[in-house]
Amino acid sequence: MRNTGSKDVLAGLMFLAFGVLFWLLAQGYPMGSARRMGPAYFPNLLALVLILIGGVTTVRGLLSRSTPLGPFAGKALLLVTVAVALFGFAVEGAGLAVATILLVVVSSAAGSSLKLPAAMALALALAAFCVVVFRLALGLPFPIVGPWLGG
Amino acid sequence: MHEVFANLAIGGATALSAANLLYCFLGVLLGTLVGVLPGLGPVATIAMLLPATLSLPAESALIMLAGIYYGAQYGGSTTAILINLPGESSSVVTTLDGHRMAQQGRAGVALSTAAIGSFVAGTVATFVIAFLAPPLAQVALKFQAPEYFSLMVLGLIASIVLAQGSLLKALGMVVLGLLLGLVGTDVTSGTQRFTFGLPALSDGINFVVVAVGVFGIAEIVRNLEAPGGQVVSVAQVKGLLPGRDDVKRIIAPILRGTATGSLLGVLPGGGALLASFAAYALEKRVSRHGGEFGTGAIEGVAAPESANNAGAQTSFIPMLTLGIPSNPVMALMIGALIIQGIRPGPNVMVEQSGLFWGVIVSMWVGNLFLLVLNLPLIGLWVRLIAIPYQLLFPIILVFSSIGVLSLANAVMDVYLMAVFGVLGYAFAKLDCEPAPLLLGYILGPMMEEYLRRAMTLSRGDPMIFLERPISLGMLVAAGLALIVLLVPVVRATRQRAFVEE
Repeated sequence: MRNTGSKDVLAGLMFLAFGVLFWLLAQGYPMGSARRMGPAYFPNLLALVLILIGGVTTVRGLLSRSTPLGPFAGKALLLVTVAVALFGFAVEGAGLAVATILLVVVSSAAGSSLKLPAAMALALALAAFCVVVFRLALGLPFPIVGPWLGG
Repeated sequence: MHEVFANLAIGGATALSAANLLYCFLGVLLGTLVGVLPGLGPVATIAMLLPATLSLPAESALIMLAGIYYGAQYGGSTTAILINLPGESSSVVTTLDGHRMAQQGRAGVALSTAAIGSFVAGTVATFVIAFLAPPLAQVALKFQAPEYFSLMVLGLIASIVLAQGSLLKALGMVVLGLLLGLVGTDVTSGTQRFTFGLPALSDGINFVVVAVGVFGIAEIVRNLEAPGGQVVSVAQVKGLLPGRDDVKRIIAPILRGTATGSLLGVLPGGGALLASFAAYALEKRVSRHGGEFGTGAIEGVAAPESANNAGAQTSFIPMLTLGIPSNPVMALMIGALIIQGIRPGPNVMVEQSGLFWGVIVSMWVGNLFLLVLNLPLIGLWVRLIAIPYQLLFPIILVFSSIGVLSLANAVMDVYLMAVFGVLGYAFAKLDCEPAPLLLGYILGPMMEEYLRRAMTLSRGDPMIFLERPISLGMLVAAGLALIVLLVPVVRATRQRAFVEE
């Protein structure tokens, strides 16, 4: 495992970023003392450790040979994330059925072989299933058709 | 001895009630069903199905979750044998000989060997738990804040030592997990921490959201990296029962695998993965048929399959008695307990004896269900395996989203799941193991509380952790584990153990 250069650098930078973020936020809370720890004490300690780990990881990464990250499924990541966010966005206003359809149609574009009509059919079937099981049988408190659509 | 059976009787009363038998059965069925689906490991499966158990009483919820766990594991072995695709890491070694057997037309025998091995291992492991748990919990009852803090340090370090890949990055993931676990209201002072003023974050981020995001969503994106749509060929299944010759050959490997697995399962960070690898390696060395390994030796299926089931079960011991998760699945179980209002730790055994022993007995019942369920239903599982991923992943996304939404009926949880999905994909790309993060996430708030109490006890003197013998012992063990890892020979062996196939 010697050739993980660029991965190590990026991982180190990620730890550094999280460490600095948590450290900065922690400064806004009372620190307290070792005997009576305030809300900032433990996170402050952890953030400093994370910054240290991030720093060492970055330096070690810079010193070793670098390797490419491998395939990055940018399109799939974007589509899946957007699809899930759309579901959350639509479920209250447009209702469970529409949100499910949106989620399936948008996310299935992340795959390669499913054509739109097939995706639509899958979406309708799943929406019907979810409405029956989660709304009608299990009583999930979200509308089938939401207020945006006059439901 | 007498006590063990008395306790098992208490458990029997809980586990054998009609309702709990049903939940156990449902858990095993659902677990296997999702386990055979490609691209869904046990952690994602349990995280996804966990919301479904929240409305149940605590013992039924835990029994069902345990059932889902070994169901998912068994499902993973089924795909390993039939299509050479391990459903999860602990069945990786099963592909070596299991799939070879399938290619030789002995898929049925391989499957039943796995089922029988798992059942024997499960039976033995149930008794191991029944014997080991009470003394461990007795010791743990004497623990105070410093001991708990040190124990958690040891647990976290051990989980890193036994994890794959870079030690430093795993350590970073633990610390990041601990920090993320602190998001929300600080219990002692009532301060809102790291919430960015969002009321939705004031109770912290539900660990199911983190687990589904990091393990489930990220896994989907990873699976989509490769050009999809390839048709998998599923091996034909016929002739389920092993012949007399086979039976003779698998008895010893099953017993050795069970012993290896039971032992390694108890170790923090161990569990099923390490157990199956170690059992395979051991069997290859001691078996008379060692030379046939890799070409379809039945021992190569029997030993690791017994071991991973035994390990999966004995990994409940530290979880139930100490409240320390030894792997991400146990972290999810602890999270489920907390949601049910039960504080994990040695008190569970005293205060919730019905739940404690009920879960243990249900493991044996669940293994019996697996045996009678899997073999007759194999035709159904085979058909599920053939579902193309392009169709499957939108379905998984829908169930994950609705599951997360139903946790608190909060849309914010769905957004957070998406965020953790992106983070999880980044972790995967950067070779940062997500398992230590999840352990840290669960333990974060508890660790802070024990640290606070210990320091109050000692009036601010950190030496308290070194002055108390049990605490010192655990810190020394954690330190040793780290040092040993830095020894070049051990390091090389560890790398090889995980890289090997």
